[in-house]
Amino acid sequence: MSRTLAGMRSAWLFVAAALTTAACGGKDARAPAPPVVLREVPAHELRAVDDFAAIGDRTARSRALFVEASRVMLHPRCVNCHPSGDVPHQGTALALHDPPVVRGPDGHGVVGMECATCHQDRNQALTRVPGAPGWHLAPVEMAWVGRTPGQLCAQLKDPARNGGKSLAAIVEHSAHDPLVAWGWSPGADREPAPGTQAQFGALIAAWVDTGAACPDEEDAR
Amino acid sequence: MKLHVNGVAHTLDVDPEMPLLWALRDVLGLTGTKYGCGEALCGACTVHLDGKPVRACVTPVRRADGRAVTTIEGLSPDGSHPVQQAWLALRVPQCGFCQAGQIMTAVALLREKPKPTDAEIEASMAGNLCRCGTYPRIRAAVRKAAGLPEDGE
Repeated sequence: MSRTLAGMRSAWLFVAAALTTAACGGKDARAPAPPVVLREVPAHELRAVDDFAAIGDRTARSRALFVEASRVMLHPRCVNCHPSGDVPHQGTALALHDPPVVRGPDGHGVVGMECATCHQDRNQALTRVPGAPGWHLAPVEMAWVGRTPGQLCAQLKDPARNGGKSLAAIVEHSAHDPLVAWGWSPGADREPAPGTQAQFGALIAAWVDTGAACPDEEDAR
Repeated sequence: MKLHVNGVAHTLDVDPEMPLLWALRDVLGLTGTKYGCGEALCGACTVHLDGKPVRACVTPVRRADGRAVTTIEGLSPDGSHPVQQAWLALRVPQCGFCQAGQIMTAVALLREKPKPTDAEIEASMAGNLCRCGTYPRIRAAVRKAAGLPEDGE
């Protein structure tokens, strides 16, 4: 999974750089600007918003910012509870949740097997059961499993598939929601989402500020 | 902390992070609720918190502060609860260790869905494991308690 994500990230940063090149090429067709090379970061870190300042074209910068932010949203800590089926995932390999719970009518499970039957408002150190306030599944229309960054972006901007949120609400949710915050404090030996929630929130805010452009590698779903 | 357990008020001077199961068994002496896996994976420790099933082995006692806890002892004073009666009639238990948890989940299921489908029984009971494999009798007893044919849909 992490290799796939890393490969996806590399591919997308190349696209972002190519977009920048194309945008700058009009100024001097004989000497196109060299592609922007973003600094390398380990898989567990995020690039800062400032790292994208070298991308001159605003739309290309917006797309690249989203690709960076998508490394969080497509991380197992996040997609595990954004399943496309009726069962959440767990672990870094997206195994189906064991015990065998189902999403139920409102994303909180069914009687006897509700999320709060086992999950508490915080991680339980001795039993390793993860927890955070409001533990629940995202609605199926907000499923993220298997999405590309471009598909995820289109989905995130669609009120029918983002819980009716405005872009401003998405920024606030990304930066401050306590259940989102769990992704960086997952407890036990779980791998946290890359970077920090503050960095992620800043990337999403910068993406919105630059026009909330979506990577356009394919038709959005 | 103040807990209302089976209708009786208790004041407990314990670590708020103590598992509710410890408080019930070791402090209050209610040993009908069993310790199985200790990781919320088997369901043997299921009790009700304000009527909703929780796994007492992973629930810190602070979560129950000021709330109502019901254990297997609190269903009835004499085993006369309809679900207990169905369990007795069909001789569901083999070794019996998991059955308090099974019954507590079944009671909550039938309170919310008085006439559950087999699929609803499966979904709600899926977290209560039985190493003796009494699952067919458990399902039949749930159906019997619901007034449904015991042999399924």
